[in-house]
Amino acid sequence: MLLREVEYARPASVAEALAILKQHDGARALAGGQTLINVMKARVASPDVLVDLNGLDDLKGIELGSDGTLTIGAMATYTDIAGSAEARARPILGEVCLTIADVQVRNRGTIGGNVCSNDPTNHLPPLLCAVGAEMTIASEDGERTVAAAEFFLGVYLTAVGPGELLTKLTIPAGKHDGFAAVTLGADGTCIANAAASLNGSLRVALGCVDAVPIVVQPASAAEDAVREAVRGAGLMPPSDVHASSEYRIHLAEVLAVRAARQAAERS
Amino acid sequence: MSAIASSKAVTVTVNGVEYEREVEARKLLIHFVRDDLDLTGSHIGCDTGNCGACSMIVDGQLVKSCMLLAVQADGASIETVEGLAEDGELTALQQSFSDHHALQCGYCTPGMLMSATALLRTNPNPTDEQIKKALQGNICRCTGYWNIFEAVKAVGS
Ligand SMILES: Cc1cc2nc3c(=O)[nH]c(=O)nc-3n(C[C@H](O)[C@H](O)[C@H](O)COP(=O)(O)OP(=O)(O)OC[C@H]3O[C@@H](n4cnc5c(N)ncnc54)[C@H](O)[C@@H]3O)c2cc1C
Ligand code: FES
Ligand code: FES
Repeated sequence: MLLREVEYARPASVAEALAILKQHDGARALAGGQTLINVMKARVASPDVLVDLNGLDDLKGIELGSDGTLTIGAMATYTDIAGSAEARARPILGEVCLTIADVQVRNRGTIGGNVCSNDPTNHLPPLLCAVGAEMTIASEDGERTVAAAEFFLGVYLTAVGPGELLTKLTIPAGKHDGFAAVTLGADGTCIANAAASLNGSLRVALGCVDAVPIVVQPASAAEDAVREAVRGAGLMPPSDVHASSEYRIHLAEVLAVRAARQAAERS
Repeated sequence: MSAIASSKAVTVTVNGVEYEREVEARKLLIHFVRDDLDLTGSHIGCDTGNCGACSMIVDGQLVKSCMLLAVQADGASIETVEGLAEDGELTALQQSFSDHHALQCGYCTPGMLMSATALLRTNPNPTDEQIKKALQGNICRCTGYWNIFEAVKAVGS
């Protein structure tokens, strides 16, 4: 399909990208394009200027600190993360990345694009809430960090505002994580999903049940405690052709139990 | 400061041949390759990133070319289905598709071949699961998946 006319820039530095984003109201970052190109085809988004981040090696690094903190550049692709020895410090990340869509989408789609698009069915928003990631957001005025739980604001809406870029995600050390999903076919779109992290206390994040991931903190990883915590969240998920609201509530509970069990059993 | 422009001079190497063209920023890579370079082997099935008929290998990576702008491929080395056979001689994979009747209407075949080529390059002896996972992004509307799987498996083992 022919897209609406658009201008294109391929900045050579983050500073240059931020300058272009600030100067042009209708400018938008282009990461993997695996969501943005589609919404442009559908004319749901019509940016005037595409700021292609693919030339910015500064945004592609994956680093493991001496204390186990993992720093992942926003432009790291799912394939990069799944293949990275450093990212294996938090094995759940690569494991979940390998279940997103297919080889082609994984080769282009980025962790930054996944969270910035915040499609409620995406895999990574709940996962990053569960593991307690921090997002670093840059603009010409400087840098700020936002905890994952405060990063997601609504459907396709995040803490990244006009003139800003997500530059990296910081993930604390930890191994006891789990993820469970019911999908449309193998590696398909999630009908419901849940991510759990048991590093200290248990945190479970539920996806596909609201505009943003719903985080609950069960008293323990025991099945009853997890079920009770999910019930206490008062979920009111949408109904669609794949699942009624009631069925999604049921799935959220079951998947939370599975994710918590995986987190508890992982050594 | 890099230029902000609605069109750009793009140089690409496709199947070993270099092309230089002025391209509008809004043009998808698949249209550039099919319409501007007249290499019509790669197909457009869905135009939404779902079917994989447009799959190409760009700088060594398998991608769906309906999800990439042509200007993004500036400087890239691109492989399409036309580049597989050399001097009219089919690759082992192409021959295996023929032997296993792995194509019916043939619409998905260019994408299937590129996905399987990408797989066998990095993993010459894939397991059944690995073959299925590698072809996940390619839909066959004639639903001839089994023969496609068998064709890839025969080359792999
Ligand atoms: C067939 C298909 C199936 C898919 N299935 C799934 C699935 O099951 N689960 C799943 O999670 N995803 C799925 N996806 C979506 C895919 O994961 C996308 O790659 C992802 O949602 C967006 O990442 P991207 O890098 O492609 O971003 P883009 O499409 O380039 O960008 C998405 C949005 O984020 C903004 N953005 C991107 N990076 C930044 C940044 N660093 N700073 C500020 N803003 C930024 C862009 O401006 C744009 O608005 C699927 C995609 C396809 C085509
Ligand atoms: S035409 Fe590109 S994935 Fe279907
Ligand atoms: S052979 Fe017809 S679509 Fe696959």
